[in-house]
Amino acid sequence: MIPSSFTYKKASSVSDALAMLKEHGDEATLLAGGHSLIPALKLRLNDYGYLIDISKISELKSIDDKGDHIEIGAGVTHGEIVDSALLQSKVPFFSEAADLIGDVQVRNMGTIGGSIAHADPAADWPALLLAADATINIHNGSSSRSVAAADFFQGLFHTAVEEGEMITSISVPVSANAKTKYIKFMQPASRFAIVGCAVNLEMSGGTISSAKVAYAGVSATPFRDSAVEATLAGKSLDDATIEAAGNAAADSASIMSDHFASESYRKQMAKVYTKRALKALA
Amino acid sequence: MNITTKVNGKEIAREIDDRTMLSTFLREELSLTGTHIGCDTSGCGACTVLLNGKAVKSCTVLAARVDGEEVTTIEGMSNGSLHPLQEGFKEEHGLQCGFCTPGMIMTAADLLSRNSNPSEQEIRESLEGNFCRCTGYHNIVKAVQYAADKMNG
Repeated sequence: MIPSSFTYKKASSVSDALAMLKEHGDEATLLAGGHSLIPALKLRLNDYGYLIDISKISELKSIDDKGDHIEIGAGVTHGEIVDSALLQSKVPFFSEAADLIGDVQVRNMGTIGGSIAHADPAADWPALLLAADATINIHNGSSSRSVAAADFFQGLFHTAVEEGEMITSISVPVSANAKTKYIKFMQPASRFAIVGCAVNLEMSGGTISSAKVAYAGVSATPFRDSAVEATLAGKSLDDATIEAAGNAAADSASIMSDHFASESYRKQMAKVYTKRALKALA
Repeated sequence: MNITTKVNGKEIAREIDDRTMLSTFLREELSLTGTHIGCDTSGCGACTVLLNGKAVKSCTVLAARVDGEEVTTIEGMSNGSLHPLQEGFKEEHGLQCGFCTPGMIMTAADLLSRNSNPSEQEIRESLEGNFCRCTGYHNIVKAVQYAADKMNG
């Protein structure tokens, strides 16, 4: 399969990439790992005059310990997140989730910034960013802004990134009292999430002081489930709490239905995977 | 556009159409037809090559992108004698039709570069992006174990 013709441009820095974006307007798009964009171009679902390759920009490639948060460059690959000792110890569900994305070859190319910019409803990162209460840092060439994950994901393939902007990094808060888990019920060939459940519990001794629970693959837009979170807050993580939290999952969500899983099956799997994620932390 | 890249240790300079995929570049421009194109949608792994030592699906990487980088294909694995992975596939009957074999070997090479003594489970997990439609997975795993044993002496 051969994509429509385009002009390839390699950006050497963030400012270089943004200048190219400004020059070519909506004729251009950014190429990161390319594992969503290139298949779409080959199927001619998308068509751009210019591809601006940001994969070689070194300032997008670091994972930095900032004390109360970790800053992950937009160009960091899933594989680098799997291998990051810093993330494994401070935000373990990020490394767990990265290891469940696609396969080795996909993880060697695909980036966290590219994945969230694409905002596929079955992608894993949106649920992780919501459950971690992460912030997405965006630049437009003259100024930068930060958007909370809750405001970033706006719908099917739709985010808060506007024309002429690019994601530069993701800030992930760190807590010494957090227990985190990400598990998913996956489509076996693509390993995209049919249901992905990200859990982030803030513990105070044996009690859950607050909970953030988010889902990938369930709705067109990833979401945190306030009913599940309310069930968990103030409780200890025992069997009765886990049962009640799981039973509350996805009750008020608008649930997708496709040839992989019907609406009712997805809802049931959201409950099952919520219980399994919580049990793994108990 | 013009690209300069190192393929199997050899410096290569070519003028290419910007939209050329690495898999097409290797096969049609360089006649390195050991890299197979199976699904052409980054599912099957038959087109796997090493880009700077890491396994990637060359049907989903632009040739433009390997400008200044190093690519290794199945043709670059043997150095006079068979690579231990190639020997493993031969000795353990790790192939039937052979279509998936180059991709399997390149992905296994990435694994062995990170983990010199993988468990059976680790081998199976690392090969999850490579399909064998003859379904000869058991012997493929044995072939990788053979190579790991041989490389560890």
